Order: sequence, then structure tokens, then C-alpha cells
Amino acid sequence: MIGADAIIKCLEAENIEVVFGYPGMAIAPFFNSIRDSSIRPILVRSEQNAAHAASGHARINGKAAVCVVTSGPGATNVITGIATAFADSIPLVCITGQVNSELIGSDVFQEADITGAVESFVKYSYLVKDANDIPRIFKEAFFIANTGRRGPVVIDIPVDVQLATVKNYSYPAEITMRTYKPTVKGHAVQIKKVTGELARAKRPIICVGGGIHLSGAASELRDFAERYQVPVVSTMMGIGALPTRHPLYFGMVGNNGKNYANRALDESDLLIMVGARLADRAVNRPEHITKGKILIHIDVDTAEIGKNAGPTIPLVGDAKQIFHQLRELECELTIKHDDWVTTLENYRETMKRTRTPNPAYVDPAVFIRLLADKMTDDSIYVADVGQNQIWSCTYYIVRGGRFLTSGGMGTMGYALPAAMGAKVAAPDRQVVAVCGDGGFQMSMMELATICQHDIPVKIIVFKNNSLGLVREYQHHAYDDRYSCVDLDGSPDLCQIAAAYGLTFLRLHDMNEAEMMIDSFLANDKSVLMECMIDPLDLVKER
Amino acid sequence: MQKKVFQLLVDNNVGVLSRISGLFARRGYSIESITAGITADPRFTRITIVAAGDELILVQIEKQLAKLIDVREIKELLPERSVYRELALIKVKVPVDDRQGVISLVDIFRANIIDVAPESIIIEMTGDQDKIDAFISLLEGFEILELARTGIAGLTRGTEKVTYL
Repeated sequence: MIGADAIIKCLEAENIEVVFGYPGMAIAPFFNSIRDSSIRPILVRSEQNAAHAASGHARINGKAAVCVVTSGPGATNVITGIATAFADSIPLVCITGQVNSELIGSDVFQEADITGAVESFVKYSYLVKDANDIPRIFKEAFFIANTGRRGPVVIDIPVDVQLATVKNYSYPAEITMRTYKPTVKGHAVQIKKVTGELARAKRPIICVGGGIHLSGAASELRDFAERYQVPVVSTMMGIGALPTRHPLYFGMVGNNGKNYANRALDESDLLIMVGARLADRAVNRPEHITKGKILIHIDVDTAEIGKNAGPTIPLVGDAKQIFHQLRELECELTIKHDDWVTTLENYRETMKRTRTPNPAYVDPAVFIRLLADKMTDDSIYVADVGQNQIWSCTYYIVRGGRFLTSGGMGTMGYALPAAMGAKVAAPDRQVVAVCGDGGFQMSMMELATICQHDIPVKIIVFKNNSLGLVREYQHHAYDDRYSCVDLDGSPDLCQIAAAYGLTFLRLHDMNEAEMMIDSFLANDKSVLMECMIDPLDLVKER
Repeated sequence: MQKKVFQLLVDNNVGVLSRISGLFARRGYSIESITAGITADPRFTRITIVAAGDELILVQIEKQLAKLIDVREIKELLPERSVYRELALIKVKVPVDDRQGVISLVDIFRANIIDVAPESIIIEMTGDQDKIDAFISLLEGFEILELARTGIAGLTRGTEKVTYL
């Protein structure tokens, strides 16, 4: 057995059924060996999208997905995808081919120091020097990616190591790492303090982040919130942790969030952050968040606690595990929160933003709500980045499915490849990618991938012929002095769809919206739907 | 601004030093000195870092370092419970006639002269940073040609919470 065969064996041992990748000379032995395996390789059209697809796959499948690319430009192209996954703590194992180990450092053809280049946004990286280390390294890589605070791991493998003989291959059943032991269980004393504070609180609130999804703690969260009648708000990454229309859910916080969610956060006297970083987009001035309230910060990453705001009660551990521990403690509430919940319900009713849509175009707010209502209960909605993302966050209604987006990095072009990965992970679920015409053109080449591999993703492009969110920023910050936000020269999407053999729909205004959404969702193939959006439309009217 | 001395025990993996120094660089933490050397067990390296920042930053530095996969152990070396030593090599320009003055300074500080050239000498000195700073300031009347300082290495006193390596 050679190194490349060993890699395949390791992936099989990790129950990997699919890899997203792009071949090249330095990864040729791997792509040769994969032919003898049942692992399905999906050829993307640009390496960045291999990582995004793996990200979408991992987020739906709940464990690390794999992308495989070649050395040099293949590896450097995948960097944005790795950084995107790192920012959102998505588990990936990214295999990169490398030039012959004896040539490393001599700047030969297609050589790039990828482990060096990705150092600041991987959880860990390996450069494999001995083929016999492959089983241990893969075991460790999946363990690191899938535990603690999840994240991407890069394994760089020189081509000669892929070709070298592996003696006595055996995949380790157990893993012990001297230096890496993530905390899962919450400290009992801290757990007690949480219930103590909860019992005394008059206006408690839970703010959830992406950690709830990563930990698979959605039902535990719901149980906890309902049992103690604690209202819930979320960050962008936390959307869908509680169904949007759950009576205790009060929307997304932050500068792009609901004003009633921010007000709820402000007026609370006990804030329980779970699996959220208190990042700048969610909490504008984290140093003020602790004023006049108790802050409990629950996170699996010790370093996140106290990074942006000093909590009263730090609690390190996995969200799901901690909810279980909290469940075991009986908490007698001394104060009922009914008034508080009623107050927030009142805010939710009265603080709705009004929009003044232009009837000559599609109103993204109404459109997204209509689409959400017609999508299936467990469907997956993938929002890109830009105005479309803010509209999606604001108006999409999650029932039992998922809402995916690039929250931390805000990577344009994420939606289409991530939706592709999500669809591969869940072929029976409805998957819809929603992008702007800017982001769509960043990953449009993946239409070929969905055609080639028969991945029926539904795609909506909000077309306003402009980089809307940047344009909106220039409108507010530069008094309408626009620079480089005009997308003139973009292709006719009808012809693009035709070129790929995809069904195409174009929605001009809201008159035919319902009918068109029905036909869009009813089609069991990939459909490209273009919605004409008013270029003057704003996510925030001032 | 405060200073803290951290002692790390790390797996001797490829690139471990660059992972640690890279962490300081990308998060904008300041590093005053860093020393690294192999331990009694060649699989591990002991690193002593002197970092500066306000309390919040220093806590973050400790947490972020602890988070690195290669870091097996991190502890703060508190001045009252630890010893620190630094090595300095100082090349001083001394005409033959003035040598005696330098030699007496060297004796007072229990330093050593390890090289003598016609117009210069090299002094080797070990001590904590304050002692070395004091010695250098006393050499003011002479011309220091070259100076090499290693940064401190440190260990805790006693046997409490010791990882034997």
C-alpha cells in the first residue's frame, strides 16, 4: 500500500463518502487511488468553492467534510474557503498536494508554503514527511476539526509521500493527544451559579450564536427557554437555533438586526450568551454590554470568554452538554418573567421597520417571506453576502430547517458552492441559494459542477445590477458619490442558464411572485431564478 | 502596561516556534523576549516568553497560547516564586590602558571576560534583566561595539506543579 491508498483508507475509516476537489500533478496519486474507492469525488470549477462546498456539507452533516486540491495555485486558491470556515468554526479537513519533499523550499513549479500561508486561520496544520504517519495524522486531524471549537485542519502531503510505501497500515481506534484536550463538560460550580442567577433574574435573555448549531443543541436550547420562559435572541450565525416564529424568539441582534432584539438585549438584567463571540456585528460596543446586567458567557473556547467583554460568570464547555447539566439541576424561579416576555412581545409588535418598496420591482422583504412560507419545513436556505444577506436574515422564516451564510468572514460567492455541499449532504432536502448579482458572478462557474454531478440546487439571484451593500454604504457615507459599484457588463442570466441547460425564471415585480415561486420550488432540477430588485432599495432606510 | 513571564512546554513539532511568534504578530501582542530550548525529553521544548500589555491583553495572550494545539502546558512565572536568568555578551572598545577599570566592574558584577583583543574585550554576563541593565548603564564611559542578549529563561522555585522534563 502506498501513501495515497492510505489516505483513502483513512477517509473511509472516517466515513467520508464524498470529497470536493480539483486535481493536479502534486495530488495525482490521490486522485488515482480514489478510483478504487467508493468515495465520490466532486470536481468543482475553482478550488475556493471546494472548501465552501465542504463547509456547506459539514454544516448539514454535522462533522468535518473534506476538500482535496493540488499544490501551489490549487492550495492558495483554497485559502479564502479555509478562512471562511475558520471564521465560522466549521470543521473541514483540507488535503493539499505538495511538491516532492526534497524540493520543498527551492521554489520549484507549483510550490507554495501552504501550511505557512494558512497558519493564522486554521485550527491546525500538518506537513506529512513520512507516509507511515498518515494514519495518525488523519486521525488527529479529524479529531481536532470535529471537537472543541470546530475548525479547519490542513494536511499538506508531498507527492513522494503519497507514492511511498506504507508499512503495516492500521487506523488508530482511539486518539490521545498530549496537548489537545478540549473541555466539554461545564464546571459544576459555575453551572450552579447560572441557575442561581436565573432564579433571581427579572429580565433574563439568552443570546445564541453558531455554537448552538455546531454543538447540535437546538432542541436543548428550546427546552431550556420554554421551561424557564426565557426569551431568546440570536446572532447571524445563530439564526434558526429557535424557529423564527417561536413565541420566545425575538430576532437577530446587531447593527443589521432587529431593533426590538437589540432593545431586549439592552434592557435585560441577565444575559446568557451561548456559543457566540460577542463580535462587533452582533454587539456594537461589547464593553458596554455588561453595564447594569449580569453576563453569563458559555462557550467551548476559553479564549472567547472575556475577549470582548468580561463576563460575570464564565462557563467553558459544549453548549449541548451544558444544557444537559443545567437540566439536571432543579431551578426554582423566584421571579416570574411573564411581564418581561409581554414587554418584549409588545416591542416586537410595535417596533417593526416599515419599508417603502418600489412596486415596479420585486420587494425582497415580501419575496423572501413568501418563499420561506412555500419552502418545506426542513429546507436549507443559503444566503450569500451583501444586501441579499441582510434581507435574508431579516425576513427569512426558519421552521425546522437551516439557515446558512458566511457570517464571520462575509465571503461573497459562498452561497452557491455551500448550497451545493449542503445538497450533497442532504439530497432529500430542499436547498435554495440566494445571492446578489455580484456574489453570483463570483461562483457562477459552479453551475457546471451542479450540472455535471446532478446536484439539484435552486438558485435565486437578486439582480440590481449593482454591488448593493457597498453602494448603500457609499450612499450614506459618501453622499451618493459612487465608485466601482456598477455591474454593467454582466451577462444575461437567461442565456447563462440556457448555456448550462438550466431552467430559468425571471420575476420582474411582485405580481407573479407566488406563481413563479411555486414553479421554482416544484421543479426537481436545478433552477436559476432572477429577481429584479430596485437598485435604489436599501436594507436600512435612514 | 505590565510585563508577564510565561513558561511554555510545547511539542517539538515542525513550525512550533513560528506558530507561537505568529500568534503574537497577527493579534498585535507585543513580545519582549522569547527563548526556546530542548528539554530533557527531546520531544519537548521549553519556551520562556516575556510579554507586555494591559491585564486584559495578558490574559488573552495566555488563553490564546494555551489554545495552540502544540502547547502542552503554560504557566505564568511569578517573580516571587521563580528565577529568571539572561545571558548577555558585550563587546566593549577598551584601549589597553583603560582595561583595569572595566575588569574591576566585571569583578563586582561577577561577570567574565571571555575574549581579549588588542582594542576590545568581550564580557559574558548572566543575571536577571535588571542586573544586566544596571551593568550596561555602568559601562557608559566606554564604547559598546556590539551587544547580544538572549532574553530570559526561567523556572519556578520548588517542586510544586512541576512537569519533570
